[in-house]
Amino acid sequence: MAFEPVLLARVAKLNSGKLEGYRADGGYAVFEKVLKDKQPLEVTTQVKDSGLRGRGGAGFPTGLKWTFLPKDHPGPIYLCINADESEPCTYNNRILMEKDPHQVLEGIMLSSYAIRSQCAYYYIRYEYGDAYRSTQAAIDECYAAGLLGKNILGSGFNLDIYMHRGAGAYICGEETGLIESLEGKRAWPRIKPPFPAIEGAFRKPTIVNNVETMACVTQILRRGNDWFKSLGVPPDPKNPRDAGSYGPKLYTIAGHVNEPKCVELPMGITVRDLVEKHGGGVWKGRKAKSVNPGGLSMGFADCNLPLKGEDGKTEYDIPLDFNGPGKIGCLGLGTAAITVIDDQTSMVDVLHNVCQFFSHESCGQCTPCREGTGWMLKITDRLRRGQGRREDLDVLVDVADRIGIMPGTTICGLADGAGWPVKTAIRKFRREFEDAIQSGAKSVHSKSLQLVGAH
Amino acid sequence: MNALSEDLKNRIKAYLPRYPRKQAVVLPALHLVHDEMRTVSNEAIVEIAEILELHPSEVHDTMTFYEFFKHDGDKLGKTRLWVCRGLACMLRGGYELLEHCEHKLGVKCGETTSDGRITLEFAECIGACDGAPACLKDDVHVMNVTTAKADELLKQF
Ligand SMILES: Cc1cc2nc3c(=O)[nH]c(=O)nc-3n(C[C@H](O)[C@H](O)[C@H](O)COP(=O)(O)O)c2cc1C
Ligand code: SF4
Ligand code: FES
Repeated sequence: MAFEPVLLARVAKLNSGKLEGYRADGGYAVFEKVLKDKQPLEVTTQVKDSGLRGRGGAGFPTGLKWTFLPKDHPGPIYLCINADESEPCTYNNRILMEKDPHQVLEGIMLSSYAIRSQCAYYYIRYEYGDAYRSTQAAIDECYAAGLLGKNILGSGFNLDIYMHRGAGAYICGEETGLIESLEGKRAWPRIKPPFPAIEGAFRKPTIVNNVETMACVTQILRRGNDWFKSLGVPPDPKNPRDAGSYGPKLYTIAGHVNEPKCVELPMGITVRDLVEKHGGGVWKGRKAKSVNPGGLSMGFADCNLPLKGEDGKTEYDIPLDFNGPGKIGCLGLGTAAITVIDDQTSMVDVLHNVCQFFSHESCGQCTPCREGTGWMLKITDRLRRGQGRREDLDVLVDVADRIGIMPGTTICGLADGAGWPVKTAIRKFRREFEDAIQSGAKSVHSKSLQLVGAH
Repeated sequence: MNALSEDLKNRIKAYLPRYPRKQAVVLPALHLVHDEMRTVSNEAIVEIAEILELHPSEVHDTMTFYEFFKHDGDKLGKTRLWVCRGLACMLRGGYELLEHCEHKLGVKCGETTSDGRITLEFAECIGACDGAPACLKDDVHVMNVTTAKADELLKQF
């Protein structure tokens, strides 16, 4: 049975962003029903029981996070929508916001009701101009229709949604960086605890959730938990801490494929199937050498490396659920953004590009991250210029191992994400790096060496 | 001396009711000023700070963090063109595109053509990887930018 998209069901429709069409497709009916018939706690419980885990990268159970808010809090509680979507090679939030903004807004309304928030800040990266405008237009329609504002549909529930545009910084996607940025300060992530649920935006209890997470909330309330749990992968019985990988997921495919696109599938499809069946296969008749399975922070898979104990399978065959990428040493599912690297591409160039990103985006607050990402860029730059030294690879891995919240040296996870691609690339493609050092070969992008190195 | 027009000041003030603290309007205010004046001068910073009851250095501190806003005698051209250098774009010709644009315009990234028409920038992944190599024209994506398409684009501005 072919899977029918749900989150993307409306995106190809004409004027899919308009309230009228959304209503005609049953939109806001469940919000109206919830306002009439359900208590906020019932909504939270349903979302918790659905097994929904956050789609922003960390996979934290959504309903559970909501229960961390203080009970009977007298002051304001805020909901922040994380639409910073800056993890390289990720673009699924963009499609939802551009093409079906009301689906996301309905999820925000339901979630705000559940957590008793009367004010949601929708933090969107500056680069998403079209998404900003379509979402703002949808919000305006909702105010005009009485779906937002005071005493919504006579229920006594008030809600305002305000869009807030970023200014081109990846770190604003980290939830406390987002909060600092929203408050008008430099986006320096905060030391945790306190977590935002206790002390977040404007020092008030705050929930931060991703755009796709909100769209899932809409569909869970509309279709029920049985539907949500009928898709995806149940918890691993051998792992008592696994919360499962339920529901549909938006996967984005980028890089060396014939048809880069965003597709919706039940959680757990393998990289191979995603690329071959949905991405049109690797381009130019080539083979996949490496894949980044969830945004650059997650590290690399070696498509030719056999999986232990699984006959004939390689790292290309891992399932894209919350556990799959971890089994091959990657950090996790991340944003489920798949980037394919073909067999004609140098991993030295790829790794340099990754280090360039993290060095540029480190907020500079923690010395190991600020200096470490800078060193890693310098060393990979040396490698691609054909001036690599024998000890460089060990130095790279050493730096990568020492920066991050896992080794305990930094405030936020950007540094873990900067180290992971370095560790995995060098571990899995060491021969290629060693050969590059030995031969002194220069990057094929050598014309651009100066240009890109200049920043 | 007034750096900001009354109209611009009013548009900044219109953001105040959205937030429990005035400081939260720093980023919206910077965007408003930057969009209209193509730069955020020191005088503008002082006036933003006045409206938001901050010290100018606080506004300046936030502004410089983002490396997004032009200031101190630097000015944006009429159009700002960002060329993506993210991995998905690099894999599909993004570096060559960036180089092509620099060559064509005779400027380096971060600079503006002498006629004030175009400011060229590099960008980290702009979330348009389904159309790599991609550019951002001000805040609108342009997808699948071949060098020929880039030449067309540059002529339109
Ligand atoms: C460096 C860094 C960047 C992040 N960027 C994003 C982002 O762009 N969008 C997002 O939703 N989450 C991002 N996250 C994760 C958020 O901190 C947070 O976990 C998430 O927004 C929670 O929403 P969810 O539970 O709905 O996934 C980032 C985390 C880190 C460490
Ligand atoms: S780990 Fe890096 S990005 Fe995160 S707070 Fe520290 S310096 Fe900033
Ligand atoms: S890498 Fe260029 S748009 Fe994503």
